[in-house]
Order: sequence, then structure tokens, then C-alpha cells
Amino acid sequence: MDVEILSRMQFAFTIMFHYIFPPLSIGLAWLMVAMEAAYHRTKEPEYEQMARFFTKIFAIIFALGVASGIVMEFQFGTNWAIYSRYVGDVFGSALAAEGIFAFFLESGFLAVLVFGWDRVSKRFHMVATIIVACGATFSAVWIVIANSWMQTPAGFMIEGEGLYQRAVITNFWELVFNPSSVQRLTHVLVGAMIMGSFFVLSVSSFYLVKGLHESLAKRAFKIALPVALFFSLMAPFTGHFHAEQVAATQPAKLAAYEGHFKQTGEGAPLWLFGIPSVKEERVKYGIAIPGMLSFLVHGDFTTPVPALDDFPPEDRPPVQIPFQMYHLMIFLGTFNLALTGFAAIQWYRGKVFETRWLLWTFVFAVLSPAIANQAGWIAAEVGRQPWIVYGLLRTSEGLSEAVVAGQVLWSIIMFGLIYALLFSLFVYVLNEKIRNGPEPLTADGTEHDGFLDVATSRADPASPYKLSGMREPSSDD
Amino acid sequence: MDLNLLWFVLLGVLLTGYAILDGFDLGVGMLHPVAKTDKEKRIMMNSIGPLWDGNEVWLVTFGGALFAAFPEAYATIFSTFYNAFYLLLFALIFRAVSMEFRSKRPSRFWRGAWDKAFFVSSFTATLLFGVAVGNMMQGLPLVDRVAANIDTGNRIAERWISEGTFLELLNPYALLVGFLAVSLFVMHGSIYLYLKTEGDLQRRVHDWIWRTFGFFLIVYVLTTIFTLVRVPQAVYNFEHYPIAWVIVVLNVLAIANIPRAVYLGRPLYAFISSCCTIAALVFLLAIAVFPNLVVSTIDPAYSLDIYNGASSQKTLGIMAVIALIGMPIVLSYTAVIYWTFRGKVELGKFSY
Repeated sequence: MDVEILSRMQFAFTIMFHYIFPPLSIGLAWLMVAMEAAYHRTKEPEYEQMARFFTKIFAIIFALGVASGIVMEFQFGTNWAIYSRYVGDVFGSALAAEGIFAFFLESGFLAVLVFGWDRVSKRFHMVATIIVACGATFSAVWIVIANSWMQTPAGFMIEGEGLYQRAVITNFWELVFNPSSVQRLTHVLVGAMIMGSFFVLSVSSFYLVKGLHESLAKRAFKIALPVALFFSLMAPFTGHFHAEQVAATQPAKLAAYEGHFKQTGEGAPLWLFGIPSVKEERVKYGIAIPGMLSFLVHGDFTTPVPALDDFPPEDRPPVQIPFQMYHLMIFLGTFNLALTGFAAIQWYRGKVFETRWLLWTFVFAVLSPAIANQAGWIAAEVGRQPWIVYGLLRTSEGLSEAVVAGQVLWSIIMFGLIYALLFSLFVYVLNEKIRNGPEPLTADGTEHDGFLDVATSRADPASPYKLSGMREPSSDD
Repeated sequence: MDLNLLWFVLLGVLLTGYAILDGFDLGVGMLHPVAKTDKEKRIMMNSIGPLWDGNEVWLVTFGGALFAAFPEAYATIFSTFYNAFYLLLFALIFRAVSMEFRSKRPSRFWRGAWDKAFFVSSFTATLLFGVAVGNMMQGLPLVDRVAANIDTGNRIAERWISEGTFLELLNPYALLVGFLAVSLFVMHGSIYLYLKTEGDLQRRVHDWIWRTFGFFLIVYVLTTIFTLVRVPQAVYNFEHYPIAWVIVVLNVLAIANIPRAVYLGRPLYAFISSCCTIAALVFLLAIAVFPNLVVSTIDPAYSLDIYNGASSQKTLGIMAVIALIGMPIVLSYTAVIYWTFRGKVELGKFSY
């Protein structure tokens, strides 16, 4: 295999592994804000117990997000050196802004969020949770801006010739608000909120079907369900605006999403499902609504939509992967909406916690937004091919010349082994945390120290509990 | 001061911040085997528990800022150091997760395995940082294809290209600088741990301050001699800008103040002195290579410097605005967070 395929595989693999964690931490962070807010409003200790429980899980998710995220910051330089030198003037500033405005914020206040429960006032803790949620969101903002610039470059010009040639910035705000950044960002954030709320729904449904921590689980469920429903409802709208923008700015990509091979000069159909065949230039075994694609793009059923054969063969993206991933995302989005909608109706009828099959569905439904988020990105990134920067630089032109295939093969194998290990440990530890459940409350509403911790600290003369005169957990309540 | 110089300085600040902050993290990781009981091991890990993540962000931001300000250097350095760099990344990944996973299960095998991973990854990462610095000091076999009139035939290509192998990177001088980094961070970490621990563990850590200081002093003297012999271009700026000797003097004073402060029982001053030592060493590195980012060993004309490797003036200007708004905010809340976690380590429900 050549360096290009290997480098693309490595980038795809490392970014997909990384992307398990950021949407989960963004969505979960905002739900933890809601839990702490509920505590401050009601002074009901169970909400604090809930927030403390999800904090522990959040810490694991965040750590894996950081560990897998460092790789991404440097991979442009290691594997895509020509790309880096060509676009660094424009692309680099968004990445640096992410570091300065977002990473410091989230990682700094994460310390207070996770380790500060018994050290800072509850008010400060709530502020820290809000800041971590903002920081996680800001980092999504900057990285999505950087990605959007690769999809729809703006605010730059090409300077120099030959080996001096590169893109330089002309207008920073045009770069930030390039034609796809707002549409992409809203859709990505909606996806993150669905992910976070489905995660809380999954954990609380698990407790409900098992008959554990029922009161807390019901409360968590009731916080997460409205969020999940609202954002599942938003997703088709943000998705539609995003697709409209793709139709305007990257028509070849839309044609690939929709399996729209041939220009007929008439209204284009919308395939509900099918198997596109690039060889035969048609979609097989599928069902289509005639004229519907034209209607979604233009508002009427007869105006033509650019098809793949409107573009020279060397500029056409692959079709199979974008088509299937795009349709998978839409299918799962519909599933999310149907599930949360039905749950809301059951809630209204007062039956949601009695409908066991529904709760069981929620336990596993957390996979749906996780896969949908991945599928959406795969469609967006494969649909951008053969360009690394759309219309400007081809993926095959962006590689590092100093790197040979053997090196990339070595790093891919290592990533494969390490990430497989990390993922299994992540699932294992997550499972343990969820099975252990929230810590019990004391009478005054704070957690007990575990029996073993207390016992060992009393028996051990060098215990920090004794020597440092640790504050009692309740002292600042 | 022009924008290119400003960004050279700002990158120096980010690198200094990273070396000081993650320096004690990595040092604690390398001292971790000193802890005997499980409780001591947890205390050591939790001394950096709330802080290591924020400290590592300095490295990530350094990477982002290098990309934005000097994309040619970012592209050349990371593609040249491909193998070494991935080894470093794997070490950093294992470090992060070993802290996160270690205390999640009581099993001795589980904890022992993560303890080893924590030590090995901390050591590997530090050594590789030092090796990277050693190679930056010596320079790389770098060719500027434009200056050398090499036609690649491609529409666009890498302008600077270096053909060094992974084993060439591990040359004696680079390894010596690697061990300088190890000794420096271990010493720095031991002083930090002294501030954070109590009782028997603190007494043992106290002994380790002396040992690691001795180790550091030996490697420091060796590196100085080796640098003067092996890397003559490193003293070029000292000949032309005698003011640079001030840094050397400050460096020596800071090093000398460490044993003094430890002897007088003022560990906080010792810690500040070791922070100053690290800052001075990063400064010395910057002076040694300035105005180059990557020195060419083939022809000095092919070197990658802060002008031919930089982004446009407009980007450097925008980035300067971002840094001037962002960094004061970052520094102030970093101070708030360090203040929140001041004092001795306490193990609680949320500890590692």
C-alpha cells in the first residue's frame, strides 16, 4: 500500500477513535450543568449526588478525549507536511485559537469540576462546570471552523509560485464565517447534545430496569429526555440547512450523498435507500421519490440539481461510502426522534417508567447517536475527496515527502493495538463505574467516605487524612 | 521588535511554560517507584492529578502556535521526526490513561501494570523531549530546495526536506541532552513532591532531591562541555550579543540556589529556583539557535529561520491579537486553579 492510502487510513482511524469522546463530553457537560442547576434550585441533595456520579464518568471520557486528541494536533505535520506548509497561514490560526481559547479553559476548570467537590464552594463548582461545558463547546467551534475552511475555503488568496506557493489569509472573519462553518457547527453541536442526553438516558434506564437507584434514575431520565427530544427534533432542521449549503458550495458532494449520477435536465429524485453502482452509474435495489431532491434544494420539483457527470471524472468523490453513511445518519436521526417522541408521549401518559421494553431500548439506544455522529463525519470527509482543501489542493498532493510507507504502517499498527486496548479498558471501567452506581448520601446531603478509606486512614499513622487535618466534607456546605 | 521575533519569543514562552509545568509532572512520574505503599503511590499520582491535563495543554498550544506562526518549521520538524514523534505520542497517551485507570480497580496486578506504564511513559517522553532539543541544537541535514535549485517536478512540494533516520537522531550528543532533561525534570519533580507530601514519604523524597540534584549537576556540566566542543554555532549569538551572558549567570545562580534553599529548609524557594533553571535553559536553547528554527548542517544558507519559515505578516498580526487577549486570561485562571489545589495532597472520593 502506498503512503497516501496509509496516511488517510491512519487519519481516519485516529480521528474516528477520538470522535467517540468529544460529542459525549460536550453533551454530558451541559447535562451536568442542568443537574447542578436543579440542585441549586431545589436544594434536593439527590441532584448533587447525580452530578457527582456523572462527574466520575465524565473524567474518564475527558481523559481519553485528551489522550487521543494530542495526536490530532500534530498529525498534520507528521503525515501531511505539504498540506501544512501550504495552508498553515490560514488553517493554523484556527488551531492555535482552539488551544488558547478552549483547551486551557476546559482542562483548567476540569480540575475544579472533578477534584474540587469538597474543596470549593458549591457556587464556584457550578461555575466551573459551566466553564468546562463552554470550553468543550468552544473547542468544537474552532475545530469545526478549521474543518469548514477545508470544505469551503474563504478569506484567503494564493501567494507565490512553485515551491513558494501557499494560501495566505486576507480576512480573518471571512475565514471564521466561511460558507459552511455556521451550518456545520450547529449540526455538530446538536449531534453532541443528542449524544450526551442519550448517554444519561441509557445509564438511568439501565438502573430503572434493574430496579437500582430508582429515585435518582427517574430524575436523571427526566432531565435528559426533554434535552434528547428537543435536539432530536432540531437535527433534521440543522441537517437540512447544512445540506442546502452543501448543494450550493460542494454540489459534487451532495450528488454523491444522493447517488445522483446522471444529469437529466429534469427534477432529481431522492433515494430513501439503495446500493449505488459507480460502474453502471445508477442506484440499484432502492426506492426513490421523484423530484424530491430538487424540491429540498430548490423548493420545486423540476429544477435540475448538479449530478456527478457534471464534473470531470478526476474531481468526482467516491459514492458508495458517502451515500451509505449519509443515509445511515438520516435513518438513525429518525430513529432518535421517534424513540424520544414516543417516550415523551408515554411520560405524558404517566407510563414511561412502566414501559420496560422502552427502557431496555434506551439502554442500547446510546449507540445510535454515537454511530450517527461518526457516519455524518465520514460522509462529509469522504464526500470532500479527492480534495484535501476543496477545489484547491488534492489529498494526494498534501502528503509528507520525508515519510515512507513503512513508517506509516508501523504507526498505524501501533495505533490499532493501543486504541483497541484503550477502548476495551474504557468500556470495562465505564461498566464498572455504572455498576457501582452513585455514592450513597449522608444525612446532611454529602457523600460518605468509603468504609475502607476511613478505616485505613485511621490505622495508618502517615495518613494524609490525619496529618493534614482534612476538612470534613460537610464543612463548606 | 517585528512580528516574527514576537512569535519566536511567544513560542519560547509557551515552551518554557510547558517545560516548567509538565516538567514536574513528568518528574513525579519518574520518581513514582520511590513510593512504597499503595497509599504513597496514590498520593504521588494525585499530587499532579488535577494539574497534569492543563499542563499538557501548553504542549498542544505550542504545537498549534508553531503551526500557525511557522508552518514550514511545523511541517519539516514533525515529518522528519516521524518515528520519534509517534513514540512520544504513544508515551503521552499511556501516561494519561495510566493515571486515569490505575486506581479504578483494587487488583495488585492491574495497579502494578499501570504503575510501570506511568514510570516508563514519563521517562520515555522526557528522554525524547531532550533528544529532540539535542537534535535542534546540532541541526539536521536540511536542504532548501528553492535555494539549492532542486526541481521536484511537482506542482507543490515540501520546500525543506531532511533525510535523517531514526537512529541518527539517537546520537551521543542528543542522548546526553535527553539525560539532561531526565535529570532536570526528576529534580524539579522531587522538589515539587516535597512541597506536596508529608511524613515518611516526604523524608524519602527529601533524600531524592539531593540525589537528583547531584545527577543533574554532573549531566549539566557534561552537556555544557560537550556543547562547546560539538556545537560551535551555539555560541555565535553570545559573541555578538554579550548581554546574553546574563542568562548564563542567572542560570548558574538559579542552580546554585537550589541546594541552598533545600539546606535552609525553604522548599518553595528551591522550587522557584528550579523553575528559573528550566526557564533559563529554554532561553539558552533559544539564544543558541536564534534566528533559526531548524539549523541546516549541510549549508547554513539552507537553514529554516523565523523569516523564511514564517506565515504572512497578516496571520502573525492576527495571532498576536489572539495571544494578547487569550494568554493573560489563561494565566490568571491557571493561577486561580493552582491556588485552589495548594497545600498537601488529600485523598478523597474523586482521587485517582
